[in-house]
Amino acid sequence: MGMNITEKILARASGKSIVSPDDVVIANIDKVMMHDVSGPGVIKVFSEWEKKGIKLEHVWDPDKVWISEDHFVPASDTISANNISLLSNWSKKYNIKKHYKYGLGQYGICHTLSHEEGLILPGEAYVGGDSHTNTSGAIGALAVGLGHTDIAYVLMNGKIWFKVPETLLFKLSGKKPEHIMAKDIILKIIGDIGTDGANYKTMQFTGEVVENLVMEERLTLTNMTTEAGAKNGIIEPDNTTYEYLSSRTTEDYYPILGDRDAEYSEIYTYEIEKLEPTIAKPFSPQNITVARELQGIELDKAYIGSCTGAKLEDLRMAAKILKGKKVRIRTEVLPAAQSIYLKAVNEGLMNIFIEAGAVVGPPTCGACCGAHMGVLAKDEICISTTNRNFPGRMGHIESKTYLASPLVVAASAISGKIVDPRDVK
Amino acid sequence: MKILKGKVHKYDKDNIDTDVIIPGPYLKIHDHKELAKHAMEGLDPNFSDKISEGDFLLTGKNFGCGSSREHAPIALHEVGIRAILSPSFARIFYRNAVDGGYLLPIEIDKDIVIKISDQDILEIDLKENKITNLTKNETYSIKPFPELISKIINAGGLLNFRI
Repeated sequence: MGMNITEKILARASGKSIVSPDDVVIANIDKVMMHDVSGPGVIKVFSEWEKKGIKLEHVWDPDKVWISEDHFVPASDTISANNISLLSNWSKKYNIKKHYKYGLGQYGICHTLSHEEGLILPGEAYVGGDSHTNTSGAIGALAVGLGHTDIAYVLMNGKIWFKVPETLLFKLSGKKPEHIMAKDIILKIIGDIGTDGANYKTMQFTGEVVENLVMEERLTLTNMTTEAGAKNGIIEPDNTTYEYLSSRTTEDYYPILGDRDAEYSEIYTYEIEKLEPTIAKPFSPQNITVARELQGIELDKAYIGSCTGAKLEDLRMAAKILKGKKVRIRTEVLPAAQSIYLKAVNEGLMNIFIEAGAVVGPPTCGACCGAHMGVLAKDEICISTTNRNFPGRMGHIESKTYLASPLVVAASAISGKIVDPRDVK
Repeated sequence: MKILKGKVHKYDKDNIDTDVIIPGPYLKIHDHKELAKHAMEGLDPNFSDKISEGDFLLTGKNFGCGSSREHAPIALHEVGIRAILSPSFARIFYRNAVDGGYLLPIEIDKDIVIKISDQDILEIDLKENKITNLTKNETYSIKPFPELISKIINAGGLLNFRI
């Protein structure tokens, strides 16, 4: 019996010739990440260890650690500023070179930097102190989100325990219509399997549609596996992956592919040709329907941001709709990383957004997690390219968020109401 | 492993997410006592007043879904919760609860959720893998923890344990 890609990476990382679902393994970690929300928690765990008399003069391998400032940046208040300063002092003390600081060159949302900077490579075992760490699985890595005690443990010991997950395989077949984005596909899947449909499990994507998706769209699929409870999302690396990485890293890597006779606990097939633009209604990513069902719902705001929906491809799709039009509701565009911001400027996308009336802000997690930079008021209704719409997620507990693709969000921004992009004149 | 005794607070709702357990704006706070003031704020604004040290939560499936914020089990621990009984837990919440040594995520069958009422007094015995409902004079079995997880629980979390 063969192993699939996730099992093979876990076997390699734990020094075993074979692993099977439900085995508990201790895996050596190739890369680890923390940010301005998980980092201060990690530092607190370090100080607890120090109180117990454990000496912590260095981390296991400073070159395998990277840090991002993304949730509350640019510092939204003095508490956030203190957290960022704490993180800076810590990375200096422990000699962490890859600390992406705002206002000092490249920075952005951690899950975007991981691919923009080629930080995570095929075949690697990567853990990050954030649930959307799953995103990097589109590169062909095992990418798993952990809490700050686990991240602290990895920083000290370079390893952590995992239960080997079962794998759900999603075959996406047919030809993807132009008005459909990866966001529509993953919302449809989450609607079908539910927010715990992949709990403790792997979601792997394959098929003709995946093969033809650009890397940034593949990253949307794996990013949202978190919303189905998945331990990781993964796509086997191919020429699209290698080409994407070739301009971003010179580091050597060793791709791992699943065996031909690999086992999957379930196989789902989706015909993407028939898929309609899809929206998750408040208050759950599984609460889906097609855009045309919601046509005419009045909105207060459109938000184009986050690791899910503010990559360059997302901005291009939104700009395609907004070009030469005016927005009728407050519209925010927050590119996911500084490098994407610059590319968008060079491609003329920012002119389109500003001429349409939208506000363009700096890279930040911002209002996606209700942190700052455009949070919602009581009763406000927002359509957003982000990933979650739980009560209070983007602001007031009585605000509402509809999750959709950048095409749907841009189309709705110019109409002021929810609209299918095919129905925009 | 010692026996835990406490009162149940029942929130019979599936998919209680971490944005409800501790809302996003508090993520910048790392003072545990301050976090506790806002525990479950999105679901029950009076939550922290109702809880005594050693109490248990009883919830629907997929408790703790959403973000990886360790603030969630920290806030619940800090108000006094020592175990959560649910048909299932979101994976990051589960490992944060165990590895951080905050509280026990105990998986129980859905029909046991129905049998236990709000304010019932329970005894949880992890050695025998059973729950005794002292109010209703019933016992229920629980799924044993895997060996490694048991060891981490006994040590009080990864702070005190090397895997």
